[in-house]
Amino acid sequence: MRSSTSALEAKPRRPRKFTWSNIKKDLVKNWPLFIMVLPAVAFYIIFHYIPMGGLLMAFENFKPKLGFFNSPFVGMKNFADFFGSAFAGRTIRNTLILSLLQIGIEFPLTILFALLLNELRSKRYRKTIQTVSYMPYFISMVVVAGIIIDFCSTEGAVTAIVGAVTGNYDNLLGNPDNWRTIYVVSDLWKNLGFDSIIYVAALAGIDQTLYEAAEIDGANRLQRIMRVTIPGIIDTIMIMLILRIGQMLSVGYEKTILLYNPQVYETADILSSFVYRKGLQEANYGYSTAVSLFNSVVNFFLLIFANAFSKKYTESGLF
Amino acid sequence: MAMVRNRSVGSKIFNGVNVVFFALVIVVCILPVWHVICASFSDAGWVMNQTGLIWRIKDFNINGYLLVFHDNRIWTGYLNTLLYVFGTTALGMFLTVMAAYALSRKDFLWASPIMFLISFTMLFSGGIVPLYILVTQDLHMFDSRWALILPHCMSAFYLILVRTAMQNVPESLEESAMLDGAGRFTILFQIMLPLIKATLATVILYYIIGNWNSWFSAMIYLRSKDKFPLQLVLKEILVTTSNSNTNVDISVLGSGDSADAILYKQLVKYCTIIVSTVPMFIFYPFVQKYFESGVMIGAIKG
Repeated sequence: MRSSTSALEAKPRRPRKFTWSNIKKDLVKNWPLFIMVLPAVAFYIIFHYIPMGGLLMAFENFKPKLGFFNSPFVGMKNFADFFGSAFAGRTIRNTLILSLLQIGIEFPLTILFALLLNELRSKRYRKTIQTVSYMPYFISMVVVAGIIIDFCSTEGAVTAIVGAVTGNYDNLLGNPDNWRTIYVVSDLWKNLGFDSIIYVAALAGIDQTLYEAAEIDGANRLQRIMRVTIPGIIDTIMIMLILRIGQMLSVGYEKTILLYNPQVYETADILSSFVYRKGLQEANYGYSTAVSLFNSVVNFFLLIFANAFSKKYTESGLF
Repeated sequence: MAMVRNRSVGSKIFNGVNVVFFALVIVVCILPVWHVICASFSDAGWVMNQTGLIWRIKDFNINGYLLVFHDNRIWTGYLNTLLYVFGTTALGMFLTVMAAYALSRKDFLWASPIMFLISFTMLFSGGIVPLYILVTQDLHMFDSRWALILPHCMSAFYLILVRTAMQNVPESLEESAMLDGAGRFTILFQIMLPLIKATLATVILYYIIGNWNSWFSAMIYLRSKDKFPLQLVLKEILVTTSNSNTNVDISVLGSGDSADAILYKQLVKYCTIIVSTVPMFIFYPFVQKYFESGVMIGAIKG
């Protein structure tokens, strides 16, 4: 720090505008930064932006042999085919229903979990619950699928309970009526604890003096939760909700692909699993890209709208 | 909360119910895992004929584990997974750290446009089909180990985490180092990285766990069984219903009876789950706090 004051004075103004002289100056001064960022930029161009350009396949009858530039252009035919088929209604409906179940059940339960955890007196008990309930999140989806298959098979632990009530000991995964329940319950088992971390963190950030003040003012426990706790985490809740709504049409394919079978397509098949099946299993590239493009565009606008909506009404948003 | 006392009866009842509720949560979280552990050490025939939850070990033995340990697919899978996890995490961290540093410098003219370019990929993507075509047709990586290492080695979200941590390091440290003649690379590796160790540990752990559990890329890009990562081997054993590749070779146990092979199939599934998940169970308690801090750093950034 020998001559830091003079160095600070001599420091050039930070370039902000993209004028030629600024670009040249930056290149001379910051060339090592260019070298550092170059591999990552190359990665994003190759593995993200080129596939984004590849979305134009949606308007082609894409043939790998002919390649991207020589495959016949078919306009909106792939989209027309999809929306004219029975698959469109089924996959969009199934995706939306699963998403709404996740937003309507998993989302509030995660918040409730954190709130109840916060009400526990014993710090040690709280720590134990956190450790145990985060654990399933780290078990791989393949293993979770294996356990679900085992529990839902004719001799499985869940089937035994269901059978005791209904008298029906059939494989639960073979019946389309059970699919959504299995999906949501296993989601809860795997993710509920871990997803609550963010709210636990937000709750820890609430000023404790607010609770003392509320008690002095005669607020009972429920009132303290409603007037201090919830307002303290509402920003976090809104941000998580925006994120979730922005993914309304992108229910993950991993669990679906591992567990579904043609018997339950009626309720199980979602947009992402349909894209996987048509595109990668049946090599129907143009058609599946069209479905995937539709999915991405809807998601993108949902996120933009949800963000704008939240900014207007709660003054918190992602961007 | 400890400062506020709740003396009312209603409050006490609520506390009691709450404690019991979370005891149930613990039971529900552990029960499926407990079932698998108990079954894996039990008698094969008993396990196969058992209906419902297995909550105790019957006739303790390790025959199932012997079979799993003699299954080369598991060991090959383990080695492949270690290779993919190491390769992907090392490459991903290298790219992430360098890019995050450059993008965290306020005097770098291109920082915000490049940041936009990278963040935008979190909102919109080309989807799996164009990426598949790119990797298999244009980069010729079908059935190549590179297909598992390159396409998903880096994540925009973790880059933002590291960048935020670097932005919070006081600028004066870098300025004085520059006056001493240190270059950008020296500053990054000798000053910056030691200062953000906690964030780096968190991000490394997230990369590792993500890569350890990943199976989808392997399923679509790989065909040679000797390149399969553990999770794909697991998928064959646990999920795939065709019998051809799930048959158990029980000659290890000194029996060649094909009826026994069917008998051991269920037991082997349980043992495979345990063998593949044990590393996670061992490391999880030690690294748990890093996962929590990862979510929290992400939350602050918003």
